[in-house]
Amino acid sequence: MAELLRVENLVKTYAAPGGFFGRRRATALGGVSIAVARGETLGLVGESGSGKSTLGRCILGLTRPDSGAILFEGADVQGLSGRRLADFRRRVQPVFQDPFGSLDPRWPVGRSVREALDCFGIGSNSDRARRVADLFARVGLDPVFAKRLPSQLSGGQRQRVAIAAALASEPELIVADEPVSALDMSVQAQILNLFMDLKRDLGLAALFITHDLAVVAHVSDAVAVMQQGRIVETGSADAVIDAPSHAYTKALIAAVPRPRPAFRGG
Amino acid sequence: MTAPLAFDDVRVRFGAAEAVAGVSLALEAGEIFGIVGESGSGKSTLANAVMGLLPGAATVSGSIRVDGREMVGLDEASLRTLRGRSVSMIFQDPTASLDPTWGVGDQIAETIRAHGLGSAREARTRAIALMDEVGIARAAERYRDVPHRFSGGQRQRIVIAAALANDPKLLIADEPTTALDVTIQAQVLELIDRLRREHGTTVLLITHDLGVVQMVCDRVGVMYRGRLLEVAATADLFERPSHPYTRALIAARPAAAKRGARLPVIPREWSVESLEARESEGAEAADG
Repeated sequence: MAELLRVENLVKTYAAPGGFFGRRRATALGGVSIAVARGETLGLVGESGSGKSTLGRCILGLTRPDSGAILFEGADVQGLSGRRLADFRRRVQPVFQDPFGSLDPRWPVGRSVREALDCFGIGSNSDRARRVADLFARVGLDPVFAKRLPSQLSGGQRQRVAIAAALASEPELIVADEPVSALDMSVQAQILNLFMDLKRDLGLAALFITHDLAVVAHVSDAVAVMQQGRIVETGSADAVIDAPSHAYTKALIAAVPRPRPAFRGG
Repeated sequence: MTAPLAFDDVRVRFGAAEAVAGVSLALEAGEIFGIVGESGSGKSTLANAVMGLLPGAATVSGSIRVDGREMVGLDEASLRTLRGRSVSMIFQDPTASLDPTWGVGDQIAETIRAHGLGSAREARTRAIALMDEVGIARAAERYRDVPHRFSGGQRQRIVIAAALANDPKLLIADEPTTALDVTIQAQVLELIDRLRREHGTTVLLITHDLGVVQMVCDRVGVMYRGRLLEVAATADLFERPSHPYTRALIAARPAAAKRGARLPVIPREWSVESLEARESEGAEAADG
């Protein structure tokens, strides 16, 4: 499959506390390389502090890496400006854990989705109200919800709105950072189904960042395992989950809660 | 034998809303009993009611007995003598239970001294032994280290040490591993399991995570909208869930489904989502 995104040897360090004149650096990304094919979901799994969110933020242009390349359709996106930067932002959209952070609390949520259309100049002015309704339908929300404030929606409904806003610009890649971690069990399943629908129906590629191995295993075509700023293992979801080769991947899989007779029975 | 913890028709109301709507349940000595539920199920309210930790606006009715002793209606002074002595409670965020400016060993010793058990020196010795027991390496050296010098998992271990300092009969753990990484979660759950074996402590474990239940609980109760829908031995619950809501929850887990297949979704009438939406519609109507 055609490659959509390639990250090459990305390095990001931060000033560490206690350093003398900021000379001590903490390495968030220690030379990370990944690739996402068009229409494919790459699951990026790791524990807190592994650098997985930093990687997502670098790709989205929210954090500047120290060195390395981020190639979208072969062209480096760092240093893009003007129309080419706007075009990249249209094609790569984020979804975060907390949709409250992406939605203006004072606006009816329909307006937030509408703004995404305005911002990228999608459709004609008169056409946009219909597009908002279509986007709501696409994410499984009754368009009547468009009039509600974020605080008047449930967590799952808010996440659907955030996904609708991300889809407004007709992106080719979604960078989703823990998109279901704050949701109740019953709601999590619905949002995961929505992600799988979007991939199937729209051919949307995704970088799906999460700490939850079971979630990653379920939605991903390929999986990359991150530990301390490095990718320690990568491969097809089946290969990584069913036949892990790295010790850390094995430890992560072993820690997934499951019944352990020896553990429970004493 | 008297149950270490018994609820009888417990109801907790916040004004017109009933957060716990008639729960009856008795724990067996030395077991880890899990209460699993989604947000708004009333699971944390039920746990807080045992310790008298509900806000003033809450009214509790029914009976909650800890080792035969009635907790409902108990005055603050009596509750204080029981907290940390007969019953201890740990929470999701260990930093909230610890003083950030104070050595962790002193804080454990303080919970021993607060109940007038032993001299300062004995308390210190016991605190070091407890830190060692919960797996803090070089416990004596780290006695005066403040909480932020420890990782999240270590902080939760320290809170567990303080909770067990006076050998309570009952430990209530409300989402104790929810904020931890999965590898650390497994270690902390193993610690809780080991300690209850060695000390015979009964544990009430509140969680949203069926995986956690599966990992350490002997029995489990499923809570939904303030009610216990079913109580079963853990293995039975997963093999033969009797309630449709429980069946749907178990089936909706990604770990339970074929990779990449659509996840079965909770029937609409049981969905927390439609509940929340109904409530916010109600709030909206009330506002308007």
